[in-house]
Amino acid sequence: MSVVADLGIAFGRVAFVMLFVLNLGGLLTWVERKQSAIMQDRIGANRAAITIPLLGPITLLGLFHPLADAIKMLAKEDFRPARADRFLFGFAPFVSVFFALVAFASIPFGDTLRVAGREIPLQAVTLNVGILYLFAMLSLGVYGVMMAGWSSANNFALLGGQRAAALMISAEIAIGASIMGVIMIYGSLNMQDIVRGQGRSFLGGWLPAWGIVTQPLAFVLFLTAGIAATKRIPFDTPEGESEIIGYFVEYSGMKFGMFAMADFLETVVIAGMTTSLFLGGWQVPYLGPEGFHLPWGWAWSLPHLVIVLLQVGAFVVKVCGMIFFMMLIRWTLPRFRYDQAMRLGWLGLFPLSIANIVLTGFLLLLWDAR
Amino acid sequence: MTLDLRRFYLLEVFSGLALTAAHFFRNMGRHVAFAVGASRTGGAVTIQYPEERRPYSPRLRSLHRLVRREDGSPRCVACMMCETVCPAHCIYIIADEHPNPEIEKVPRRFDIDLGKCVFCGYCVEACPEDAIRMDTGILEFSSYSRGGMIYSKEMLLSLEAAGADGRPRSPIPVPADRKA
Repeated sequence: MSVVADLGIAFGRVAFVMLFVLNLGGLLTWVERKQSAIMQDRIGANRAAITIPLLGPITLLGLFHPLADAIKMLAKEDFRPARADRFLFGFAPFVSVFFALVAFASIPFGDTLRVAGREIPLQAVTLNVGILYLFAMLSLGVYGVMMAGWSSANNFALLGGQRAAALMISAEIAIGASIMGVIMIYGSLNMQDIVRGQGRSFLGGWLPAWGIVTQPLAFVLFLTAGIAATKRIPFDTPEGESEIIGYFVEYSGMKFGMFAMADFLETVVIAGMTTSLFLGGWQVPYLGPEGFHLPWGWAWSLPHLVIVLLQVGAFVVKVCGMIFFMMLIRWTLPRFRYDQAMRLGWLGLFPLSIANIVLTGFLLLLWDAR
Repeated sequence: MTLDLRRFYLLEVFSGLALTAAHFFRNMGRHVAFAVGASRTGGAVTIQYPEERRPYSPRLRSLHRLVRREDGSPRCVACMMCETVCPAHCIYIIADEHPNPEIEKVPRRFDIDLGKCVFCGYCVEACPEDAIRMDTGILEFSSYSRGGMIYSKEMLLSLEAAGADGRPRSPIPVPADRKA
């Protein structure tokens, strides 16, 4: 009986993360169209309708557009160039989506849930080196892009894949180096420990010790490099939807859809990472394991289940807010030229993140010597 | 060398983000106000075209129509003025005897090839009988073939002038090669 319960719990944890990422990724196509429309004084997708007898067509703010897109993608011709590498050409989009999907596994979406004598960590996989796993999965995603560029038997696609690889390397270095500061502050590679560490208070209890407070420079560097890792505007030199030829020129149908999907999934992953590392993850300000404790002594105790629900809700809200912010950036900034992106990565983000590590170490020494 | 803050990219990024975010929240507020009925206009400045049309000027030169007499026959007397003046050579007329001896001729065929027409309006100015006008307000004529762009006398006679607001009153004609 307890084995079945354990399996069910494990399945539930994975299913929550999986469905959260997948659904959010699918919804992002709609969010992107609607948000950009509202920013640009337009209305956006509002035509796809389902006709219900007696009620007439319902459009539901254009929410059927992702559905219509999926049907269109599946119904399209699945073209493969004659000289393309048979296996890699089909495998590449799968790799892209797979690593974007599994990356979210080590991001905690809540504290430990205690039900019926069990302790359930609210995280798909509890890993001691969760942050390294996350970082590795994020880096592996670029292999799909490179495979796509290589296997298409198209020189433009190959160049696009190489641009993606070059961009990814210069971004990943900055991501890794900027995370170092966070790891130094919270002293753990476990994502759950890092999020718990952000529950401590700062400045006499008024300010939560979130990563954005303790590591403001790393936050900016990580977010910039993270957006570069999603290969979206302003760092969309690998694909350049409207004018540059990118790594997925030869792709059509659902395989193309998977590449487009992978970008959105990566956006969700980067938003989840930023939330966990810098925005306190599932932490609600002033909410402890027993209830709210405000710095002027006011307290309000809450049952355990309510606290856990509040924490999961806070995590979801923060991730959605981060996604909104990343979409805002995507629809505001123009594209970096290829050499500008390289210069920013190697001469801007990388040295600054190294400086951040040195500064953080210095401050930590001072703090401990106090 | 003075320090130009604009060289420090981040500040400019934030001013740009503030601009677009302000647009987003302002328009979002207007959309919500429209949805709950507190406002008559939404946050978008776009016109939802097939359902809404922007008002056209009465001077707009749109799809031609042939004006009828009181008895319903075409007012055109097949004088070939419009065919002669047309710079695009898109009007094709075959004249016929009119049963009424007071009226000289009547067009047997009156075709306009809208694929060639440049909408200059010379035909309207040249017409001595005020028999052809370009006031239907219809701008949507499309076809899958060149043949479908040729509008016959019957099609042109069936059209009405646009309303006072410039909106077309007669339905958009469907070319023969396009089954609705």
